[in-house]
Amino acid sequence: MIPSHFNYHNPTNLAQVFALLSEHAGEAKVLAGGHSLLPMMKFRFAEPTHLVDLADVAVLKGIKVNDSNLLIGAMSSENDLLRFANMEQLCPLLFKATQLIADPQVRNRGTIGGDIAHGDPGNDQPAVMLALNAQFHLESSQGKRIVAADEFFHGTYQTALAADELLTAIEIPLEQANKRFGFRKLKRKTGDFATAACALTLNFNDGQCSDVRIALTNLAPKSFRAYQAEWLLNNHPLNQDTIDAAVELAMRACEPAKDLRGDAQYKTKMAGEMLKRALLDATSSDSQ
Amino acid sequence: MKSQKVSFTLNGKATEVAVEDRTLLVHALREELNMTGTHIGCDTTHCGVCTVDLDGESVKSCTVLARQAQGKTLTTVEGLAQGKELHAVQAAFMQEHGLQCGFCTTGMLMRAYRFLQENPTPTEEQVRWGLSGNLCRCTGYQNIVKAVMRASENLQAIALTES
Ligand SMILES: Cc1cc2nc3c(=O)[nH]c(=O)nc-3n(C[C@H](O)[C@H](O)[C@H](O)COP(=O)(O)OP(=O)(O)OC[C@H]3O[C@@H](n4cnc5c(N)ncnc54)[C@H](O)[C@@H]3O)c2cc1C
Ligand code: FES
Ligand code: FES
Repeated sequence: MIPSHFNYHNPTNLAQVFALLSEHAGEAKVLAGGHSLLPMMKFRFAEPTHLVDLADVAVLKGIKVNDSNLLIGAMSSENDLLRFANMEQLCPLLFKATQLIADPQVRNRGTIGGDIAHGDPGNDQPAVMLALNAQFHLESSQGKRIVAADEFFHGTYQTALAADELLTAIEIPLEQANKRFGFRKLKRKTGDFATAACALTLNFNDGQCSDVRIALTNLAPKSFRAYQAEWLLNNHPLNQDTIDAAVELAMRACEPAKDLRGDAQYKTKMAGEMLKRALLDATSSDSQ
Repeated sequence: MKSQKVSFTLNGKATEVAVEDRTLLVHALREELNMTGTHIGCDTTHCGVCTVDLDGESVKSCTVLARQAQGKTLTTVEGLAQGKELHAVQAAFMQEHGLQCGFCTTGMLMRAYRFLQENPTPTEEQVRWGLSGNLCRCTGYQNIVKAVMRASENLQAIALTES
């Protein structure tokens, strides 16, 4: 399969990127790892006539840690995250989830920025970002702004990004990265997208959860937080009844599309199961 | 559409090839450069038969544009053997019978070649994870895993005799 014709551009700084995006407004797309975009172009689901490769824009790469944040350049590949010194200790949820994305070759090319910006509810990083209360740094020729993960995902392939705007970096508060976490992903085989997945973070003291964030993958047109289940767990001691009730509330919030991975009923049931297991992982005494 | 020249180092040789912007790396290799060892299977980034080594990383060349290889160093399966002498990974696939029809083999070899540099002494489980981007419809993977374990031993032995 061969994509339709397009013009390939290879800018080396942000000013050039923005100039290309405004010159070809409505016809250009940025190319990150290309592991969602190129397959779509080969199927001709996407036919941009200008492709602006971000590979040589150095400011979009690199991972930094300061006193309060982890700052990840949007063009960091999934394997860059896994290879970054101490990532497993710095942000164990991100590390664990990233290990379960696709396969080694795909993780060499696919970027965290592309995984988020694509707005695919089947991608894993959006839910991980919701659970980690990540802040996204966006930039266009008009200036910079920061949008919380909570406000970013609007629907399938729809995000807060304007057509001429880039996701430049992802900021994760270390306080959030250090919380107890759970991540469970059901997939048909190693390397597959999730049939259903749950990422969560919380504090747990004296048998009671607080600051719970539960995010679900591939269970609605966008990745989303199960707010009612969070509320229930924040306000009641953790026991079998409250776990069952939280699972029930989360399942009611699901509206998955039927596909080869299962029908809506099965996926919803699996969402509940993934939440239950992630919650037990996060609150069991020997974990974390 | 006009062609653009792309240059890279391919199996140790400076190489230049004219491609359209939309040309995929795998097509440039197979159709323009006659390097047909790199196969096309699924064409949807799943099977790994198109795996090549790009600047020290395994990538699926059906999902990389030829123009993205500009200035980079590429190794394909044609670059593994030195003259008539098989690479240790190739030799191990022969010793352990790590192939049947051979269709997936070039991708398996390229991934195993890189994987054993990332992790020279893997466990069997790590081999399975490391090769999880490569599918085989014939072998049931058993002998492929054995071959990679054997290749690891072969490479360790070579490293010992060289040190
Ligand atoms: C076989 C296979 C299995 C996979 N399995 C999983 C999985 O289990 N979990 C998972 O999460 N993902 C999975 N993926 C998707 C993979 O992680 C993609 O790489 C990722 O979704 C997109 O990242 P990319 O860097 O490749 O982006 P691209 O494909 O280059 O871009 C995707 C979209 O985002 C836009 N974009 C990219 N970067 C930016 C930016 N910085 N600012 C603004 N817009 C931008 C592009 O214009 C495009 O519209 C899989 C992919 C394959 C091929
Ligand atoms: S042909 Fe490239 S992954 Fe199958
Ligand atoms: S040997 Fe036939 S596909 Fe692997």
